[in-house]
Amino acid sequence: MSSLTYDIVDSRIMVGRCLRRSWRDPEAFFTALMLPIILMLLFVYVFGGALRDHGPYVDYVVPGLIVLCAGFGAGTTAVALATDLAGGIVDRFRSMPIRASAILLGQVAASLTRNLLATALVIGVGLGIGWRPTTSVWRWAGALGLIVLFILALSWLAAAVGLLAGGPEAANSFTFVLMFLPYVSTAFVPTDTMPSVLRGFAENQPFTPIIETMRGLWMGHTSTGASTAHEALIALAWTLGLLALSWPAATHLFRRTTTH
Amino acid sequence: MSYTVIAEGIRKSFGAQVVLDGVDLALDRGSVFGLLGPNGAGKTTLVRILATLMRPDSGRATVAGHDLLTDPVGVKGAISLTGQYAAVDDVLTGRENLEMMAGLLHLGRRAARARAAELLAEFDLTDARDRRVRTYSGGMRRRLDLAASMIRRPELLFLDEPTTGLDPRSREQLWGTVRHLAAQDVTILLTTQYLEEADQLADTVGMLTAGRIVARGTPDELKSSLGTEIVRLRFPDARAYQSALAALAPSAGGTGFTIEAADDGALRIDIPTDGSSARLRDLLDLLVATGGSTAAGSPRVSTHRPSLDDVFLALTGTADTAGATPAPRSATRSELAR
Repeated sequence: MSSLTYDIVDSRIMVGRCLRRSWRDPEAFFTALMLPIILMLLFVYVFGGALRDHGPYVDYVVPGLIVLCAGFGAGTTAVALATDLAGGIVDRFRSMPIRASAILLGQVAASLTRNLLATALVIGVGLGIGWRPTTSVWRWAGALGLIVLFILALSWLAAAVGLLAGGPEAANSFTFVLMFLPYVSTAFVPTDTMPSVLRGFAENQPFTPIIETMRGLWMGHTSTGASTAHEALIALAWTLGLLALSWPAATHLFRRTTTH
Repeated sequence: MSYTVIAEGIRKSFGAQVVLDGVDLALDRGSVFGLLGPNGAGKTTLVRILATLMRPDSGRATVAGHDLLTDPVGVKGAISLTGQYAAVDDVLTGRENLEMMAGLLHLGRRAARARAAELLAEFDLTDARDRRVRTYSGGMRRRLDLAASMIRRPELLFLDEPTTGLDPRSREQLWGTVRHLAAQDVTILLTTQYLEEADQLADTVGMLTAGRIVARGTPDELKSSLGTEIVRLRFPDARAYQSALAALAPSAGGTGFTIEAADDGALRIDIPTDGSSARLRDLLDLLVATGGSTAAGSPRVSTHRPSLDDVFLALTGTADTAGATPAPRSATRSELAR
């Protein structure tokens, strides 16, 4: 077998290990699955009535929930990596003749899988309770493409955070930040009613253009009034920028933390 | 003579703290080398360097014919590492752990499964194979860790404090396993802070303190460097102790005995002898004659061969370091009635 084949085998085994670990932590797994469902029902049926402005609230809220769940999932990834580093298993892997990058790749690929599952759940439940987005294949492909890119960037960022955190507990606080950031964006309410300082932040933070791009693609119009193409350009700049930073950063940090 | 490891002048510092200060090492093929030292002596750092997990600041080493610095992948292919913290995945089952490691060594799925089953049987884990490692006892975890290291018979096996935290029975069991591995021609680098463990397992011992190997040799060579037999006198009262101390002091002249160690608090004197009954009798006669032994204050006498603890103490002069070692006394020691 060629060395590339070996790299693929190694990475596949690592992904399998990480996913197995995810399924076997019943508490975390249950939370990860329940979170999208409960939040969806909570926002649509508890808050949604009061927030109803232009059409059903579920039409507004789906992209925001996807981003929120991705933030939660990224926290899980950071904790999983920090836990591995705290134990001896990474040392064992590194003393074996396998490519060190497979270890990191395993975590990121597992993170991508978990988060796409959560995204599918949000979309499924949304459709189940009356969300009626576009049926255009191209618009769907665009929205899903952006989600994959966004989750990938967030997963690499999570990996970098997990490496920097120095322990599972510290890594956990990352979840907290990412879970609250979407609230100060256009995820759940338009920015019109926010105080000007908050509004400035909400309109310019990376989650807003990402959410608005999905909204524009699925529903045909954004909530900010800007064109979908405009939001998409900013969203792509943010996600690609984040990916271009977090990927090499995580790789570098991994090498640094494990070879000193 | 062929060597599995040759290391020269290995140095490593973390900031201003020098952890390894020029370590030379040569391990014969198929031997068990015991690297002995207190916590913080640099044992784990040396293992991490030789296992390619860390780069030395300077120095060079060859492991199983591969240069450590220029061919780390070759080194990785020849070694197995069993760490201080059992490096297995405790969320997976024993079987899954072994199959995963076998997969990473590119055995192929069917071969991986077969090898895992073999090792589970060999390391007495077959009954527990489908239980998560989290539910394993300390001894079972270490056995699984060792099994994982033996998926492909390595040329060099690192055992970094393999029995730390194990109960005495599991420790004995693990020692048996290590002997079994050594018999399979695997070169073993064992680090331990238990001198008894090095005595039991190692062909050669190196004593590492403050980043340097201060002594090396077989356990017997190291012990005989302190004389063959130590007579230990424990006195019931300070008066008898002081009399004996005075009688044995160099200033008393011509007794032919020297004091190896004396402890005012414990009223204890250690005297090296050749171990013959004649010498012991001379010593006891001397004590009776000088008031070190009276009907009212007669010392208890025991003899023992110097343990590695004694060697270690003599070399480092710090009781503190060996204090971390609740070393069970060696079996060669015999209690004598007075």
